[in-house]
Amino acid sequence: MQGFFLVMSLMILFATFLALCRIIKGPIIIDRIVGVNVIGTKTIAVILLTGHLFDRVDFFIDIAFVYALINFIGTLTLSKYFERKGIDNRRVTR
Amino acid sequence: MLVSSGVFFLLMGAIGLLRFPDFYTRMHAAGKCDTLGSLLVFLGLAIYEGLELSAIKILLVGFFIFLTSPTATHAMAWSAYKNKVVPGVKETKT
Repeated sequence: MQGFFLVMSLMILFATFLALCRIIKGPIIIDRIVGVNVIGTKTIAVILLTGHLFDRVDFFIDIAFVYALINFIGTLTLSKYFERKGIDNRRVTR
Repeated sequence: MLVSSGVFFLLMGAIGLLRFPDFYTRMHAAGKCDTLGSLLVFLGLAIYEGLELSAIKILLVGFFIFLTSPTATHAMAWSAYKNKVVPGVKETKT
């Protein structure tokens, strides 16, 4: 069962790598915010799988909860900030 | 089984985030696939844990994700809409 958790963690890590490619490539700034949100959500799942891997779930759950809170508040703050400030979408073709 | 299907959804969401041409379709892929995949992973881990306090806390984290992830996606999409990002056009490469 430990090997199953390890393989699942590695597959989520691969998906995180794909989202990282989107962050590097993203044409506008909100693409990058979406990528950060996706990576945060995947990280919560990786933290819980790691907790099951090491048989210390009750510690890792609190870390995952705090990580979910920070991810949510950071994403909301960034999107509100760029809603007020205005993004640079001159690269977008009309 | 639930964990592997959740990881499948996370992987498909990441591929969609990388491959879709438009900003709003990318957000569509990221938001829903992330929510469903994380919920399935958390549900599988809670069932694997058994009837304990840890399972209830994992389900609490899942409920929090279920509330906050669509909210964050909506905030980002609203920010993009306010900044007149046009749907349906392909952005130029940076």
